[in-house]
Amino acid sequence: MFAGLNNNPVSFPQAMPPDWPGNAWWHWVIFTVIILVFFLGSVIMFIYMERRVLAKMQARIGPNRVGPFGLLQAIADAVKVLMKEMVTPANADKIVYWLAPAITFAPVVMVLAVVPFADGALLADLNIGILYVLAISSLSSIGVFMAGWSSNNKYSLIGAMRMVAAVVSYEMPIVLALASVVLIAGSMSLNDIVIAQQSYPMLLMQPLAFLLMFIAGCAEINRSPFDLMEADSEIVAGFHTEYTGMKFALFYLAEYGEAVVMSSVIATVFLGGWQGPFLWPWLWFILKTFFVFFLMIWTRTTLPRVRIDQLMSLAWKFLFPLALINLIFTGIEVLTYPDGIPWYFIFANIAIGAILVLLWSRLYKVGGGRIAVG
Amino acid sequence: MTLRTEPFVLNMGPVHPSTHGVFRMRVTLDGEVVVNLEPVFGYLHRGIEKLAEERTYTGIVPLTDRLDYVASMTNNLAYCLAVEKLAGIKVPERAEYLRVIMSELQRIAAHLISIGSFFNDCGAYFTPFLYMFRERERIVDLLEMVSGQRLLYNYMRPGGVSQDIPEEFLPALKEALNQMPKYIDEYERLLKDNEILYARARGVGILPKEMAISIGASGPVLRGCGVKWDIRKVDPYSIYDRFEFDIPTGTQGDCYDRYRVRVEEMKQSLRIIEQAIKQIPAGSIRSDVPQLIRPPVGEAYAHLEAPTGELGFYLVSDGSIAPYRCHIRAPSLMNLTALRDMIVGWKVQDLILIFGSFAITMGEVDR
Repeated sequence: MFAGLNNNPVSFPQAMPPDWPGNAWWHWVIFTVIILVFFLGSVIMFIYMERRVLAKMQARIGPNRVGPFGLLQAIADAVKVLMKEMVTPANADKIVYWLAPAITFAPVVMVLAVVPFADGALLADLNIGILYVLAISSLSSIGVFMAGWSSNNKYSLIGAMRMVAAVVSYEMPIVLALASVVLIAGSMSLNDIVIAQQSYPMLLMQPLAFLLMFIAGCAEINRSPFDLMEADSEIVAGFHTEYTGMKFALFYLAEYGEAVVMSSVIATVFLGGWQGPFLWPWLWFILKTFFVFFLMIWTRTTLPRVRIDQLMSLAWKFLFPLALINLIFTGIEVLTYPDGIPWYFIFANIAIGAILVLLWSRLYKVGGGRIAVG
Repeated sequence: MTLRTEPFVLNMGPVHPSTHGVFRMRVTLDGEVVVNLEPVFGYLHRGIEKLAEERTYTGIVPLTDRLDYVASMTNNLAYCLAVEKLAGIKVPERAEYLRVIMSELQRIAAHLISIGSFFNDCGAYFTPFLYMFRERERIVDLLEMVSGQRLLYNYMRPGGVSQDIPEEFLPALKEALNQMPKYIDEYERLLKDNEILYARARGVGILPKEMAISIGASGPVLRGCGVKWDIRKVDPYSIYDRFEFDIPTGTQGDCYDRYRVRVEEMKQSLRIIEQAIKQIPAGSIRSDVPQLIRPPVGEAYAHLEAPTGELGFYLVSDGSIAPYRCHIRAPSLMNLTALRDMIVGWKVQDLILIFGSFAITMGEVDR
């Protein structure tokens, strides 16, 4: 079952694609540049896309003045933000306040190291890729909490507390949903998972896991309807209320960076990553990433925000048990067919997923919410 | 081990995205739970009641625009009703119909804003809000056609209205009336049965019926509790006794009911306008009223059903060209008295939602 797993835990030279010519060092250099370009380029495109699609869905026009179709709007905003005065609140914890944006931003880029753009085209083909993604992506919540704590602002603190609570809860369903994919693919390396989706994307074999991953992913990166940590109508801007200028821009960048990372991981794990006919692999990968992000924009325009206790109960009482049951079913299937699950199990899995969601939503109740204050 | 925790005080407002103006709530929070709340208002006080004592009776009309600035037609009408009662002025038939059409259009426009901002407070990122504004824009265009203004219409006068409707108004109104039900259905499909809205708004911020009556609540806040109380029915003013319409009521008195009542009221307003268009006669639009009205010594109170509730004007005349005293019964302020009891025990997010479901306008609360 675990034949695909390499016994050597993290050895970088071996993690290199075998047919890559030349030495290790220029592989690192090239892929660092590619990742940075991809990251910044997609963040800019995501911001543009979000604003335009949001506008279209809300019966308005959106940015259309800077450059053709307003394409350069994000760059204009970046220049404006760079030239802004940096204001530090008088009672802020200065060191933590300055460190927080960097600590939030850095892990976001790091995750992309294990995401393949084409067959073998990735910075490091770690055999524990999924684990790496999960570990690194939750690091940025530390930066968010530092920001909320050090700003010495009550809105920031509330936002940061909500953030930590949400991230801790939503790690669980994400881990379990990805675990069932790992069971089928037989490997934790993202490249191997993509190769395992040669004939059909994992979305078909694991529809429930995709649903759980998408919902939990939205919560993990603070997308609506789970954007409680920066709920503008309640706690102004949440943890980055006190941030201005470039420090704010780093948070903004990190926020969209998280969206890029989450979309690309979902696209890789569930939609077949770079697999696809006719077009270049990297183009398929980018198209799928943007498609996942489009789904996120769609949910954002449509749904109101949930309450903090409902957010927690959704994670622990709905997503978590479903992810566990899904994992058990997947385990049984994998044990029964060790040489690969037959394709007709797609229908079985879709049926199981639908029945589970319907049954569990009958059991799942959202509590009243009022607390007696004496 | 138990952690030592203590409640902390958070000043929400006067400048805050969800306070509908410049309202301030001094909230004591225990974690996310509200344990105490102290509303602070007066940031938008302009002394309208005192200013009114220095103006002529006709000159007060533009002041009333600035009360509930999203529903200035009904403000105008309430004031004009009070002056007409005080001075015994008769209003021509056509003017009455115009008044009804304008105030019902205004009610739809104001409810659209209330519902839109309620969903904004609920966290639906501006989508319902902007959809509602798209339709409000059509109504504002219509009202601009008759009054020349887009927000503060200053349209009604004691004894009638300031000007007759232009020729193109009625066709445009009919077209808008044909399209409105389609748009309302669109909102219903998008919002009515949303599961997150159920979880957020049902059973949240319940205002008991007895309490609502005892604080003098009115409008959708009172009707949401299931009390069938609408000034248009219980004390018909103008010509409302000629129209057929229902009073939608809620059952529980929670945020969801208040939202539903507003939606249903928009449909009823459409019904009233349709009937009014069919019946509207030709004729003069303003009775012969002198420039400076000198009502006999005395007092008068007139009230009507504004979008937020019972809006009343109490005028005392000493026989001069300006009122001796002008008191405004502002429905938003009366409804707000229940705020503390409804919010304590709920979370910060519910606070915003419950407060948003009142749909107050600060211009009216502070006057």
